[in-house]
Amino acid sequence: MSLATQTLASLQRRIAAGEIHPRDVVADLATTIEAGNPQLGAYLSWDADRALAEAEKADTTLPLAGLPIGIKDNINVTGQPCTCGSKMLAENYTAPYDAGAIVRLRSGGAVPFGRLNMDEFAMGSTTENSALGLTRNPRDPQRVPGGSSGGSAAAVAGNLALAALGSDTGGSIRQPAALCGCVGLKPTYGRVSRFGLVAFASSLDQIGPLTKTVEDAALLLNHLCGKDGRDSTSLDAAVPDFTTAIGRDIKGLRIGLPREYFIDGLHAGVSASVKAAVDRLAALGAELVEVSLPHTDVGVATYYIVAPAEASANLARFDGIRYGHRSDDATDLMEHYFKSRAEGFGPEVKRRILLGTYVLSSGYYDAYYLKAQRARTLIRRDFEQAFEKVDVLVSPTSPAPAHKLGELKDNPLAAYLEDVFTIPANLAGLPAISVPCNPVEVDGVSLPIGLQIIGKPLDELTVLRAADAFERG
Amino acid sequence: MPSPEIPIRHVATLARLELTDEEAARYQEQLGQILHYIDVLDRHDLEGVEPTAHAMPVLDVIRADEARPGFSQAESLTNAPRRAMDQFQIPKVLE
Repeated sequence: MSLATQTLASLQRRIAAGEIHPRDVVADLATTIEAGNPQLGAYLSWDADRALAEAEKADTTLPLAGLPIGIKDNINVTGQPCTCGSKMLAENYTAPYDAGAIVRLRSGGAVPFGRLNMDEFAMGSTTENSALGLTRNPRDPQRVPGGSSGGSAAAVAGNLALAALGSDTGGSIRQPAALCGCVGLKPTYGRVSRFGLVAFASSLDQIGPLTKTVEDAALLLNHLCGKDGRDSTSLDAAVPDFTTAIGRDIKGLRIGLPREYFIDGLHAGVSASVKAAVDRLAALGAELVEVSLPHTDVGVATYYIVAPAEASANLARFDGIRYGHRSDDATDLMEHYFKSRAEGFGPEVKRRILLGTYVLSSGYYDAYYLKAQRARTLIRRDFEQAFEKVDVLVSPTSPAPAHKLGELKDNPLAAYLEDVFTIPANLAGLPAISVPCNPVEVDGVSLPIGLQIIGKPLDELTVLRAADAFERG
Repeated sequence: MPSPEIPIRHVATLARLELTDEEAARYQEQLGQILHYIDVLDRHDLEGVEPTAHAMPVLDVIRADEARPGFSQAESLTNAPRRAMDQFQIPKVLE
């Protein structure tokens, strides 16, 4: 059996014991990807020779001991492509530096290996917005893997990666993790440097791990967090050893159930699975408390003003001059901008740039952007009040299991509404994890469901502790 | 507040995006639907609420004013789609 089915923790032990060398792991993984990726489409590219060379000289005394980690294709790794799933960066961009998170990962001993598919510029929740290829759900090839970190989740759940990095702006780590059946953690905003993560919405974006187990998420998080002088929003907060959260009990832990998250519109299978998960948490000794987050109903609307507004500003950098696609058909500078951007960006990115430009345009700023910023305050306060009574909150990660390919393609609003449970943690900057709960049977196929656990700012330890206890049952 | 008709051509000009007629019609309709949905914000009284730009604000971040290594000119140019005389090449802007 391929080593790619193993956890980071188990391979770490085998490497430490001298049973295997990281080069064996990378070589095994390269063969596995070669065989499995044509069907799954999780990776856009991978450079096995480079990873083998890095694994060969890896310091096996470091915690991550030369283990290969898949990287979402919007995180810069020196000398590798960084396409963001876009034609804009597919032709001629090679990353000139390592992202802050990659610097940390390397100093923990890991080897970045492979570039994982994603919705273009991380805009989407199915990975169908990638301009560069289709990624399938490893549990049912007729279904989407979720998104935008769909390649990362499909690779980890489909055993084409031990673990991967993703980015989460409105649920883009947690939702694909839920739909593919792996663990996905979005840290507190500012925990992980955004330097070298291609910016989508700067006040919401956060890099985090997708893994096979909660323990692996803790292990990887240890080597992602910390202040980075190159990201002025990164937090100067102490980084605990997150693996101390593993193997503990949750007796007396106060778990909040937000009544606005357990609604009628929920898919029956999701509802049943999450109810069973809540019962399991109670059986493990947690104290269940019903809480209210009264502004949940405006989360999606708030997000779809704030995120496109920030995106329209961030994506203004793609001018076809310094890097990225350049049109051959322009005769003057204005035409050069218009054509380079029209040719380089896909439909969802254009839609969000237009929406963001509109809500920031003269005369509409107060009606949309300022209003959304005010609603964001109320959403944040909802959480502050709930966390006076409880230690963590639990909810479904996504209101439905994985959709069929193409099902949401022509209905952007319906796709946006799927983010309802994941968006609030981004707006409030909170850490949140998705951990697999009971799968549901749909059309004769067993589809994964995710349980979301949301924590207080900087309290990833309690989030991981609850998720690990739940996972172990 | 009812959502106004979006002046899609004007917005596309601000965003520096060329749109076909078909795209303009489609985005006009889709953005109209999205903005109509966004009107749910009016369900809550937002008057006087302090706006949040960042959930975890970190203010006045400065670094020591010291020179540090950066990209060389050659490195800065490596990803440029067109270069001329060791510079970025752009279409002519002056007659």
